Amino acid sequence: MLNPQERTDETNLPTAARDDGSGADVPLSVYDLTVAYHRKPVIWDVGFDLPAGQLIGIVGPNGAGKSTLLKAVMDLIPRASGRVRIFGDTYRDNRHRVGYVPQRESVDWQFPVSALDVVAMGLYDKIGWCRPVRKKHRDQAREALTRVGIGDLADRQISQLSGGQQQRTFLARALVQDADLYLMDEPFAAVDAATERAIVEILRDLKARGKTAAVIHHDLQTVPEYFDYVVLLNMRVVAHGAVEETFTQDNLQKTYGGRLTLLDEVTEAMRRRESSI
Amino acid sequence: MISETSLSMTGPFLSMTGPFLSMTGKAPCLGFSWSWMLDGWIVVVGALSAVASSLLGNFLVLRKMSMLGDAITHAVLPGIAVAFLVSQTRSSLPMFVGAVVVGLLTALFTEWIRGAGGVDEGASMGVVFTSLFALGLVILVQTADAVDLDPNCVLYGSIELTPLDTVAVLGYQVPRAAAVLSVVTVINALFVLLFFKELRLTSFDPALATTMGFSSTWMHYGLMVLVSVTAVACFESVGSILVVAMFVVPAAAAYMLTDRLGVMIAISVALAIISAVLGHLMALSIPTWIGYRSTTTSGMIAVAAGGLFFAAATFGPRHGVVVKLVRRQLLSLRILCDDIVASLFRGEELEHPAPKTTWLAGELFASTWSMKMALTLLRRRGEVVVHDDALRLTEIGRERGQRLVRSHRLWEQYLVDRAGSGAERIHDQAERFEHFTDRNLRDELARETDAPVEDPHGRPIPDEN
Repeated sequence: MLNPQERTDETNLPTAARDDGSGADVPLSVYDLTVAYHRKPVIWDVGFDLPAGQLIGIVGPNGAGKSTLLKAVMDLIPRASGRVRIFGDTYRDNRHRVGYVPQRESVDWQFPVSALDVVAMGLYDKIGWCRPVRKKHRDQAREALTRVGIGDLADRQISQLSGGQQQRTFLARALVQDADLYLMDEPFAAVDAATERAIVEILRDLKARGKTAAVIHHDLQTVPEYFDYVVLLNMRVVAHGAVEETFTQDNLQKTYGGRLTLLDEVTEAMRRRESSI
Repeated sequence: MISETSLSMTGPFLSMTGPFLSMTGKAPCLGFSWSWMLDGWIVVVGALSAVASSLLGNFLVLRKMSMLGDAITHAVLPGIAVAFLVSQTRSSLPMFVGAVVVGLLTALFTEWIRGAGGVDEGASMGVVFTSLFALGLVILVQTADAVDLDPNCVLYGSIELTPLDTVAVLGYQVPRAAAVLSVVTVINALFVLLFFKELRLTSFDPALATTMGFSSTWMHYGLMVLVSVTAVACFESVGSILVVAMFVVPAAAAYMLTDRLGVMIAISVALAIISAVLGHLMALSIPTWIGYRSTTTSGMIAVAAGGLFFAAATFGPRHGVVVKLVRRQLLSLRILCDDIVASLFRGEELEHPAPKTTWLAGELFASTWSMKMALTLLRRRGEVVVHDDALRLTEIGRERGQRLVRSHRLWEQYLVDRAGSGAERIHDQAERFEHFTDRNLRDELARETDAPVEDPHGRPIPDEN
């Protein structure tokens, strides 16, 4: 693999590259991040700084490694190489400043909990080990559910919520976490129009309160409307920057249509090597 | 009736049971005898092992790894066998250590095979526990001559003998199994109470739990340690079949009965106790009805638990088969009533003569039986009168028919106007919606469609009454 320092101008490197404690104002800095499943790279040499206080869309085709990127940032999956800094520090040190909204399909909605129980989970970190969920926590959770517009469904078992209501429950859970950086994995997937509007409202509200949200997004049409900043990802970062400059036909072509010939070739070679052993 | 049914397996120990036998009372109505000192303790031991297992079983079921309880229960055998080999005693401590080590290895190997080999969890469990179980059997058979250990006892347990092996606790003679299982039950209960929140989070959303610093891996292995300890503590007395059943069955039954985790755990504990009591009573009584002596209590407890699960699956309030069936029948009856009233209203609108019951049943694709049910209901409510087999609406019925037809036509208007549906598809949708439309919804529909007087087919929309 190329050493990025030979390739890129030092001043353009993500703050995570220096690792000198700088970048406390950068919500998320990623440098040289590579993740592989069964030695096949899923994301390769990913690096960027995200600007604070903005709504950031992470866009790319299926299998581009978008979810993998978020999971690797939060140490949920091992990384082959690279460095991640959250507000200038490691994830472990700053994890209380990060709120995570996983994909809706990632949990079992038949699980015997109510919407309120799920939202209260966002407070477990603050409550701490072995302490029970108290009334003030439940009140806080109920308030968050009201904020996302489903306060009256608080006591419903979660399988009795519609897809949009389930997504709002997840968002309410992220809201009670009261984080500074939100990482959301496809919150807009398969929700009704009303929920989509509600989510956009919530995102704008977060931005107004100075929070940063990095959101995996599929609908290219709405990117300029919803987001200020965009990361175009297809195994590696194709481009990142303000939407007006970066979200161009040319870059989209590179992300979705353009073949990453050399990378494809080396991946193919690795796969052949693997199977011949 | 046979008076020492419960002692049928205790032949060699009869000399020890002198003081107990004096307490044996007759229960002639049930057809068997009951001794609190024997049967009471048997039930207590059965209930304790059932409760200890089912407490953890809730989380095994919810984490979709019920069979890991099964796997560990079998796989700990080589741990016990090696502990015998090394320590040459039957004392509990080396057995526990050996079993817990192998129990954890089972969980680790299962994870490892799943991750590295890309084999699904069920298959990798199958590989690990059969291999370990077989290894345990081989070691046991090889050492059986040298060490005093009976493989049968490990497999089937001997709950009927537990009251005879006692230890002194606070000056009382208590069966050793009861003492050990009490400790395990308390530990499991404390684990579930203290880590309730953490167990709920790591079982529901392990990724979020990990990002919050509640390591789902550590919770997993904590659970596995307790599953191993519980398995060893229980199957010495009640046998592995009952342990496996108790890890899964009460929790699965409780899952059918509630949608709250705390309630589910409480119900599973109650079901575990009921199974133990019921199981022992069944073991004592049922065989005597057909002229045999009492049967194995462990087996009967598992059978009782299975019976309770079946009852929960059949009659449960939310997932139960019967309730679902009844609810569906009631709904279709309600819809049929609506349909009768609405079509009578439409008939009056067009000044058709009052229809016959059989003709209307044919129109609405209703069976004679359900038509009869619906008409009985409608007549009792005073909405329909039957005169010379012809059906007519009463004033109350006419009002309801008007509301239904209003709902139906407002929906058609809305679907064409607002949802952009084609005119040929709207009737079926409106036909479904009209049954679930109340006054508020109708007002809203009228507002959204600018209070129309005609539906898209040009028929008048009746006023609200």
